[in-house]
Amino acid sequence: MALEQREVREVYTEALIEMAEKDERIVLVEADLMKAAKSLPFKEKFPERTIDVGIAEANMMGVASGLSAFGKIPFTHTFTPFATRRCLDQITISVAYAGLNVKMMGSDPGVAAELNGGTHMSFEDVGIMRSIPNMVIFEPVDSVQLKQAMPHIINHYGPVYIRMFRKKTEQIFDEKYTFNWCKAEQLKEGSDVVIMATGLMVKESLDAANQLKEEGISVKVLNIHTVKPLDKEAVIQAAKDTGAVVTAENHNIINGLGSAVAEVLTENYPVPMKRIGVKDHFGEVGKMDFLMNKYEMKAKHIIEAVKEVIGKKG
Amino acid sequence: MAEITNQKERIQQLEAKAVELRKSTIEMIGKLGVGHIGGCLSICDVLSALYFDVMKIDPSNKDWQERDRFILSKGHGGPALYAALAHRGYFDIQLLDTLNRSNTNLPSHCDKILTPGVDMTAGSLAQGFSAAIGMALGAKIDKNPCRIFTLIGDGESQEGQIWEAAMLAGSQQLDNVIAFVDYNKMQIDGYTQEVNGLEPLDLKWKAFGWHVQVIDGHDIQQILDSIERADDEKGRPSMIILNTIKGKGAYFAEGLVGSHNMPVTEEMWKKAVAMLDEGEVI
Repeated sequence: MALEQREVREVYTEALIEMAEKDERIVLVEADLMKAAKSLPFKEKFPERTIDVGIAEANMMGVASGLSAFGKIPFTHTFTPFATRRCLDQITISVAYAGLNVKMMGSDPGVAAELNGGTHMSFEDVGIMRSIPNMVIFEPVDSVQLKQAMPHIINHYGPVYIRMFRKKTEQIFDEKYTFNWCKAEQLKEGSDVVIMATGLMVKESLDAANQLKEEGISVKVLNIHTVKPLDKEAVIQAAKDTGAVVTAENHNIINGLGSAVAEVLTENYPVPMKRIGVKDHFGEVGKMDFLMNKYEMKAKHIIEAVKEVIGKKG
Repeated sequence: MAEITNQKERIQQLEAKAVELRKSTIEMIGKLGVGHIGGCLSICDVLSALYFDVMKIDPSNKDWQERDRFILSKGHGGPALYAALAHRGYFDIQLLDTLNRSNTNLPSHCDKILTPGVDMTAGSLAQGFSAAIGMALGAKIDKNPCRIFTLIGDGESQEGQIWEAAMLAGSQQLDNVIAFVDYNKMQIDGYTQEVNGLEPLDLKWKAFGWHVQVIDGHDIQQILDSIERADDEKGRPSMIILNTIKGKGAYFAEGLVGSHNMPVTEEMWKKAVAMLDEGEVI
């Protein structure tokens, strides 16, 4: 029985307030997008621990680094392109290189930017952040997972990039779920092929697996909520178990989940593989369904990829 | 009368300390053979005042949460800061000879992980200044009485992030921030005013909501007085514009645009140190 659909951002703010009540080090640092994150309840509860720097993302990261150097645990937020490429040097030097502890929330990843279009549609943010040493990149699949992940994010000392779909998602998990930090999780057992998916592509992958089952193809589905550090053991084991891999991500197929998985498998256990995702082009205005069809990210595209890699198995 | 004598002695001691910092900086960079000597020597006087008089710090308890902070946002001034930290007792003065050697704890640009006493990593310009504002906000949240001192370069002031942080500090009325700009009026490509002019610099800071003073950055008395006035200023951050001379105190570097990052031979550094010993310069 799936839980009631919740907006991920509402659950994020609730979780942050809950954690902040117990841990006075938590500070919220925003750049004029509190309304987009629905984080105003945090400000109402902790006005002295809420800093809105205005529309100045580079300074937001710098200020957060200073707060961390002073012993705080700052949570920054803006949309994914501005949370990453706009302030890349600040994240790299002031946060990561300086060994500080900043949690960076990016909202509206990839096609989720919808009508904000190409300027706001990041297909490169995971690649950018993956190149920074010590960075953790976490993409929750639903509100249940994000809520459970929050204490882990806070207890982990070091930079964490959270790639958050803001609004309602399909609930993949229910109250029985237990989150494991940095561990891939198997959502479906299967033996012919494995789909390794992240974010909103998890739902598409489960749909693809269910349809393929009717055709007699047994599909394993892994949710890779943390692209870095990648759960290498789980990736290699799944490749061994099935002999064929499809990755699915709401991101450029260059430098994201598909690349990360390919790096590990090429060095450890090469098998036929196909990457589903944006094929190296910019975003544009459009509803998610239109964009995912255009960029060949729907379940039907995953099904084609699955059949292709199975056909290449020895 | 005793007070005046004490004050005179205080100034003389800090002036002498500034000479020591210059000598150590010149020797450190000279032994290496190359370095950012110009912008190191222009800040030795303010470093002397801060580390040997003004700042509430304790080298034996370097993580003391109520200590004053100093963020050298123009991180290439690292060697001068290392001289101050070593002379203040954060680490052995002999360690200065390891500047930029393999596996050193003293890299060109300040690194808070590697160097005891360094409060923030800096080197990618303007970022230390933002971090300083973040620390000041942290201190306000905690009602921690510490002060956040930070020093930026004049060329560094061309970075947009300086003004993002300046606007926030003014808007948030961060009176626990006392900032300096090392206004030596030179940068790598030439005179600052010709590359991308900063004037009117004092009015810019005033317009961003800061209390502004313009002083001789090589005059210890003026430095101490301006910090005292900044301390008294409530409800807004303070900027002290230090009129300085790039390369101050080294005969081969003083007043030269080319002193930003220059080769220094053994003959040059030994002669410069000897001149400082004999009081021929400063």
